[in-house]
Amino acid sequence: MANKRKTNGLTKRNFMAAAGATALVTGVSGFPAVLRAQPASIKVGLIHPVTGFIAFSGTQCREGGLLAIEDINAAGGIKSMGGAKLEPVLADSQGKPEIGAAEVAKMVEGGIDGIVAGYSSAISLATTQEAAKSNTPHVVDVGVSDKIVQRDLKNTFRFGPGYGVIAKFAVDNLDKINKAAGSPAKTAMIIHEESLFGTGTAGLLQKELPNIGIEVVEVIKHANPTRDFTNIVLQIKAKNPDIVIPANYFNEYVLLARTMRQQKVQPKGIYSVLGGAASSYKFVKEFPEAANYIMDCNHWFNPKSDIAQKRKAEAEAMGLIYTYEVFLTYNAVAFLADAIERAGSTDKDAVIAALGNSTWDKHGMPYGPTKIVGGQNQGAQPVNTQVLDGDIEVIFPEEFASAAPVFPMPS
Amino acid sequence: MSEFSILLPSLLNGITTGALYALVALGLTLIYGVLHIINFAHGSLLMLALYGVYFLAAGFGIDPYQALLVMPASMFAVGYLLQRFIIGKASHGRDENILLVTLGLSIVIENLAIFFFRSDTRIVDTPWSFETVEFLGAFLPVPKVIAFFGALATAAALWALMTRTDLGRAIRAVAKERKGARLVGIDVDHVFAMSFGIGIACLGIAACLLMPSYYVTPQVGHGFVLIAFTIVVLGGMGSFVGALIGGLIIGVVESLGGLFLGESLGQIGIFAIFILILLFRPTGLLGHKV
Repeated sequence: MANKRKTNGLTKRNFMAAAGATALVTGVSGFPAVLRAQPASIKVGLIHPVTGFIAFSGTQCREGGLLAIEDINAAGGIKSMGGAKLEPVLADSQGKPEIGAAEVAKMVEGGIDGIVAGYSSAISLATTQEAAKSNTPHVVDVGVSDKIVQRDLKNTFRFGPGYGVIAKFAVDNLDKINKAAGSPAKTAMIIHEESLFGTGTAGLLQKELPNIGIEVVEVIKHANPTRDFTNIVLQIKAKNPDIVIPANYFNEYVLLARTMRQQKVQPKGIYSVLGGAASSYKFVKEFPEAANYIMDCNHWFNPKSDIAQKRKAEAEAMGLIYTYEVFLTYNAVAFLADAIERAGSTDKDAVIAALGNSTWDKHGMPYGPTKIVGGQNQGAQPVNTQVLDGDIEVIFPEEFASAAPVFPMPS
Repeated sequence: MSEFSILLPSLLNGITTGALYALVALGLTLIYGVLHIINFAHGSLLMLALYGVYFLAAGFGIDPYQALLVMPASMFAVGYLLQRFIIGKASHGRDENILLVTLGLSIVIENLAIFFFRSDTRIVDTPWSFETVEFLGAFLPVPKVIAFFGALATAAALWALMTRTDLGRAIRAVAKERKGARLVGIDVDHVFAMSFGIGIACLGIAACLLMPSYYVTPQVGHGFVLIAFTIVVLGGMGSFVGALIGGLIIGVVESLGGLFLGESLGQIGIFAIFILILLFRPTGLLGHKV
């Protein structure tokens, strides 16, 4: 029983009394004067799935967020608040929306000033809704479901693009790539994971692809985790589509690509939309042959931006793999910090107003200055990448491109 | 219907995947089926073994199949020590305590793995990872074919151990009548630890055969542990041949279920079997009535 618990003979009541007295004494004495002169730190909640089936991505998000906080603090903190430092408050959503929401509630009770979360769309929907109850500013780092910013939640902002924009961009550019090659692609198969991100993306693609003359011959949904992709690849083999479009998380993407190679399935192109591994240096490094020529429409930095290249070098020097989770969460935190800087306080309404009228441009993304409408950054867009000679090159839009697309895939 | 043209390759894939599941379940059928230890840490210990194989490959260039010389022995030691000094002592012989201790162990092992190894997905790439053999028009991945024969050999070795050796007799004696076994001079604690160690050594074998076609993350065991329990119940508690057949059945059901019901719904076949077997043949396919 808790009320019988003692600590080395000290009762709970005595312990609390002693602790209270100590706090009172140190609080009024001259000793902590220096501490009291420091501006209060600003608590930024970072909620990510660092355990569970998407733990790799969640950990990457956390690393990106921590890196941003470190950089901002090293550069003098929030100057309009006397150099107040950002203090990260970490939580693990375990890949579950309800746990993400519970962590938000705990953070709000603990006096959080702003939240950056939650990697997956389903978790982001839950965390933003919970944060809205207390009007806590919440920036979504990666979650791509458009529902996140369509619920009229005043506290909710997304720096990156949603899957409506991404799917349209993906289809438009696939059309350009296909036409430039003489329209060899006439059929496609979509392989997607079963959560909101995969099903939402697949639904949009299924609607849009026929408009550019590509028939969707099959859509296959799979669970997370899926231990074996042979069946799915056998179905790809049987349908023999010109293009395979995966929309799934890292582990499943790797298994799918490996199994396709193993079963000797080579379509004219693999064109991922938010493919978990296709724009990952880790995947390219570990499986250069399986990754070669894969195209992806995904979040990516502007390769011509000095800011982006400097951050990439900094992250890689720390041993981080520079995936989109890292730079999107970095920017989500920096976007929030810029708003706090301009608000000059952590007053929730002031920070939300500052996020709403943000024109921040120090992000190194191919977005232009931020322009927020209904919580969504209007300039946010994905880019098309392709794995070429062991590196990830940007192939669209032209103004950011570092290489020309190679399509169809050479055998 | 394209599904029928790929029926045979899908069936063969189910059999080879099922062999991998059987490998994971073989150790469990000894621990859970014979000794009635509900080992919730089975998945975490599989993860630990997979990391062992990965680090031997990444750090020392040891091929996963060469690691078969090291991993089963190392995992045996881990299992023996865990049972002798943690599970056995902390559980005080009560089943519900064992359940909680192994659950606690799984949480500790998983979180230590996250702390030390991070959540990165690790893969061992070998020159033959993408090799296949053509059989009846299907391309069977070489690592899975090897795992299939590995599962057969492991099941046969375990069967021989249990039926032809003194240790096997001692394990069966302890499982059937613990007090009686003690009275005739069997060191029950040692036999328990040996059994647990052998069960975990099977995970060492499974990890060596699984790693060339799979990956390891701190959470990787979750995907296997429920299936392993289903296989043990399906095959019959403590039956190694049953575990092998059960694994193959589960693999085929999963594969064909995925083909005809879709990859998301296909998994329900596994758990439907679990419920049906509990309802209509609780002793499993090759289990004996107590």
